[in-house]
Amino acid sequence: MYQYDEYDQTLVNERVAQFRDQTRRFLTGQLSEDQFRPLRLMNGLYIQRHAPMLRVAIPYGLLSSGQLRMLAHIARHYDRGYGHFTTRQNIQYNWPQLEQVPDILADLATVQMHAIQTSGNCIRNTTSDPLAGVCVDELEDPRPWCEIIRQWSTLHPEFAFLPRKFKIAVSGAAKDRAAAQFHDIGLYLVSNERGEVGFEVMVGGGLGRTPIIGQTIRPFLEKRHLLSYLEAILRVYNLFGRRDNKFKARIKILLKETGVEKFTRMVEEEWARIREDLILDEEEIERVSRQFLPPAYALDANQDTSFKSRQAEDPNFSAWVRHNTVEHKIPGYRAAFISLKAPGIAPGDITDAQMENLADLVDRYSFGELRVSHTQNLLLADVKQADLHELWRQLRELNLATANIGKATDMICCPGLDFCSLANASSIPVAMEITSLLEDMDYLYDLGDIRINISGCMNGCGHHSVGHIGILGVDKKGAEWFQLTLGGSSSNDASLGERLGPALIREEVPGAVISLLKTYVELREEEESFLETVKRTGIEPFQEKVYANH
Amino acid sequence: MQIIKDGNIVADHWRHLDDDQAPAGDQFTVSFARWLAEKAALLATGAAVGVRLNGDDPLDAIANDLPSLNLIVVEFPSLTDGRGFSIVRLLRDRYGFDGEIRARGDFIRDQVYFLGRVGVNAFECRHECDLESLLSALTDFTVYYQTASGDRQPPARKRG
Repeated sequence: MYQYDEYDQTLVNERVAQFRDQTRRFLTGQLSEDQFRPLRLMNGLYIQRHAPMLRVAIPYGLLSSGQLRMLAHIARHYDRGYGHFTTRQNIQYNWPQLEQVPDILADLATVQMHAIQTSGNCIRNTTSDPLAGVCVDELEDPRPWCEIIRQWSTLHPEFAFLPRKFKIAVSGAAKDRAAAQFHDIGLYLVSNERGEVGFEVMVGGGLGRTPIIGQTIRPFLEKRHLLSYLEAILRVYNLFGRRDNKFKARIKILLKETGVEKFTRMVEEEWARIREDLILDEEEIERVSRQFLPPAYALDANQDTSFKSRQAEDPNFSAWVRHNTVEHKIPGYRAAFISLKAPGIAPGDITDAQMENLADLVDRYSFGELRVSHTQNLLLADVKQADLHELWRQLRELNLATANIGKATDMICCPGLDFCSLANASSIPVAMEITSLLEDMDYLYDLGDIRINISGCMNGCGHHSVGHIGILGVDKKGAEWFQLTLGGSSSNDASLGERLGPALIREEVPGAVISLLKTYVELREEEESFLETVKRTGIEPFQEKVYANH
Repeated sequence: MQIIKDGNIVADHWRHLDDDQAPAGDQFTVSFARWLAEKAALLATGAAVGVRLNGDDPLDAIANDLPSLNLIVVEFPSLTDGRGFSIVRLLRDRYGFDGEIRARGDFIRDQVYFLGRVGVNAFECRHECDLESLLSALTDFTVYYQTASGDRQPPARKRG
């Protein structure tokens, strides 16, 4: 993974010093609340329901074991012994003290981490495919490009006070596992008719209150022009994005109101002017790419025979392999997902002790690196098949071996009313109740791959609008109600969920979800997935069941 | 009053005229609209003239006038309105304006470094402010990842 040199380290250290001074000036009254707000937000610090919430950046979801140990240390010393992984591949702490945040940032800087631009109206953490570099369907590893974008966007002097937040995702594989079409800018690595690899540039996607699928404004962009093109898009947005209404300030609204043709023309005109001034030179691309070379894989890893026999002997291990591990481009290796969706645990939460123990496993079995997925799980990307059984055994002792990746209990879920000051409704208890109704693992596996996403309000941090089943908390006369949607997807077949019917009270939601799943089992044909069934039948048969008693 | 210019605290003698104030003195600025309406008369006074720009003002309309202007004031109506950053960048890079560009308004110390990087070379506080503190903010960072106005060297080349 990318290692800071002195230049990168200096920048992060200077940022810590700057934020320490900003915090001091706020606490001594030299900065007003209004002045401090955008400054602290640009450093991932929210004032929440109970305490400040600090969001730490995990660039494109990549972490070293040493960094994970530091995250554990922060959870233990500055928080209440746990952290929460988010849909932007970051981690959040819910209980730090404002006075201690500069010290937390200083600790993070010692392991090449920071909280820069994890919130605020600026360019946020660039996200990517958790299987980058190891999956079998990849055209090219997106991580060097993510790092190049990370550096370009970090403390960009022109784009620190945008109309609204700005999110970029990069995917290099045939299957989009980064929800790139739902980002302000989504980039697909693609090859043109001459076989050269470049970027398809999509703009204006996003979730939140007005979910929209991004539109392609340039089918092929040469790699060396990546930054000038991004800069042209951001400049047009910074100048013309709406600032009169924060709910209409995202680039998707500018694109919609301007029209894609005119918007594209504005970007292309600006780009034509600046493209020669901001060329990415080969040497720099090389320098960054060298830091993402494959680790020293064992060439004989596929000679192992124990993997097969272990699976035959132990059905629990076999289930975990089937549901939580995926094929690797190197024979004899697999990528192993660590589910953070165990029963009774808030989705995405992990304790300090789990992080520390996991860090040891990462060192032992996966070259000292792990990844965070946007579905709020972790991933050991490079595990020898011969090591999987021992890894699984140890994960089980840590309560990190729940074999439910991609299944109905692997829900994306925002922190909700229990933590977040924006939320209208609780999301975590709803997720936990649904999980408690799906204890029968055979039934869970029979349901196949299904994405259930829960947001506690229409800001959509839980990606409800792209859930196969989406659950959205709404406030009705002070009570918690939930709106269900069906048929959303954030993958290549991007689509927005369709509203199922009137909102339900909280107590009815778990039962309604179970009813949707039962209806699917009744309706499905052959190997059809939940999403395929919904797309074939439409939502009516599901509506009938859920609202039968209303 | 005092302002920061080119990294120093200096006395400032520019007058910012309201639209109904008659031109007076040998250095004054006017609003964008007034400049478009009265530019010949304003230049005929023989004074040095500057224009004050807001986020909505279309820059193209004064592109040809830039050589006649001695000062461009970019107004920051609130600290979260970042249009000024791009306006300055365009003035420097697209239109090649190499005279004084002054940030004025509700920017705060913590934006001074960024303003300097996009091409602002003078800072005028609307209310009382600690100019010494603003001055030191210009060097909050010694390293950066972007090219900027007047600095075309790719940041990668600056690494040791």
